[in-house]
Amino acid sequence: MQVEVLYFASLRERVGTGQEILDVDPSLDVNGLWELLVRRHPALSEVVPRPLAACDREYASWDRRLSGVREVAFLPPVSGG
Amino acid sequence: MSVHVRVQAEPLDLGSLLAFVQAPSLGGVAVFLGTVRDHHAGRAVVRLEYEAYPEMAEAELRKIAEEARARFGVARVAVVHRTGRLQIGEASVAVVVASEHRREALEACRFVIDTLKRVAPIWKREVYADGAAWVEGEA
Repeated sequence: MQVEVLYFASLRERVGTGQEILDVDPSLDVNGLWELLVRRHPALSEVVPRPLAACDREYASWDRRLSGVREVAFLPPVSGG
Repeated sequence: MSVHVRVQAEPLDLGSLLAFVQAPSLGGVAVFLGTVRDHHAGRAVVRLEYEAYPEMAEAELRKIAEEARARFGVARVAVVHRTGRLQIGEASVAVVVASEHRREALEACRFVIDTLKRVAPIWKREVYADGAAWVEGEA
């Protein structure tokens, strides 16, 4: 299945793009996707602690399965206001 | 309609937010405006740049506003946050709450801004005379 991955703020700058589309196994969870992305973008390996994740615009846990999810976003600690 | 939320690049229009919340039956209006400060952690700030995940940020702001209505019994809530470049003194966020009486309007206003700062997917980047840095986590 295809999933759209979004990066924001410092993560967007590390990756060098705000958006990419990947082919993934639907049984993969958010954690597995992150591990795949770290291999693809080595600069992400320095992100400690791991960022927050959102699936289809809702905060999601790291064990959330990607089956049926269209958009996964990785979010640095927020600082609005 | 009792809730208005928006993430926008254009300057905030406080007058239109007041017009949205005010009604003859509502005797208390609380306003919080967050404005761009010229320093942070002892360092001079030249301007701020805000980035948002706009669709999710608006969804989160709507949840926060609805929760404020449910918890404090306030009638109307407007929350607007800006994106893009902001100069010193400009308003980056406005929370406007109207209620029958002052107490719940003030409490709900504080709840909305405090919760927004914890959960809304919005980030600020501070620009200094000699560089810039993303702020990560509540400042």
